[in-house]
Amino acid sequence: MIQLVSFYIFASIVIASAAMVIFARNPVHSVLWLIVAFFNAAGLMVLIGAEFIAMLLVIVYVGAVAVLFLFVVMMLDIDFAELRAGFVKNVPLGLLLAVVLAAELVLGIGAYQAGSVALGTPEAGAATVSAAVPNIEAIGGLLYSKYVFMFETAGLILLVAMVGAIVLTHRKSHGTRGQSISSQVQRRPEDATRNVNQPVGQGIEL
Amino acid sequence: MIGIEHYLVVSSILFVMGVLGIFLNRKNVIIILMAIELILLAVNINLVAFSVFLGDLTGQIFAMFVLTVAAGEAAIGLAILVIYFRGRGTIAVDDVNRMKG
Repeated sequence: MIQLVSFYIFASIVIASAAMVIFARNPVHSVLWLIVAFFNAAGLMVLIGAEFIAMLLVIVYVGAVAVLFLFVVMMLDIDFAELRAGFVKNVPLGLLLAVVLAAELVLGIGAYQAGSVALGTPEAGAATVSAAVPNIEAIGGLLYSKYVFMFETAGLILLVAMVGAIVLTHRKSHGTRGQSISSQVQRRPEDATRNVNQPVGQGIEL
Repeated sequence: MIGIEHYLVVSSILFVMGVLGIFLNRKNVIIILMAIELILLAVNINLVAFSVFLGDLTGQIFAMFVLTVAAGEAAIGLAILVIYFRGRGTIAVDDVNRMKG
């Protein structure tokens, strides 16, 4: 019972905040609603026992992606009112598409519920869930054994994304005087200093 | 008791919401990126739900990879957005035609 109640709470908040994301006038509010949506989606996942993905959702989406969005929205000086100009014009086509898509999805779920499509059972070689092993431990065991190369590839993708983002946004600054390592290394002591046997009382040459 | 249908309904509504968001805010690329995040969230909910109700952990592993790609996509998308804004002073993308050549 408590499961069902919390499912409906989480689900309704997810959907309501998703609606607020796309309908909010201020993109900063959109980002904040996005954070609410992610938190509640994490709640939905905890509810069926996928704790690892839920925590990942909170850490990666809320902690990194949403904050990145927030930074960009607040950093750029954008006239958001002007960007909403075509909003009403796009509503009919968008609603039509949404209704068609929703109808198709409802059709699929209805067909499943009618019993014509079986959910099936895991295959012989599949990574089945056992109640004795905690979710995080099971995922770790699978991730570092069967999917270790995909895991490495995911790391590579993140590296490429990081390098790409830096390369795209990095600006060479012209006003500053940077360190020139080659001229520092090329400098020789005989060019820079003199060894003078200075006579007493004649003053020094500067 | 919660069945897989509950999760499928939530994720399909979320997916449709994301698509609708792309269509409604066709000028504002920030909202479009957020709508894409919503779509990927719907996909993740679907993957996790099937994984749990099927008793196969592979779906959760794949949800993790989807998360990875979503993070990379957001980073690159926002970087492109920043340089686009630097070049044009606006982020209206409904008339992006500089790359026509």
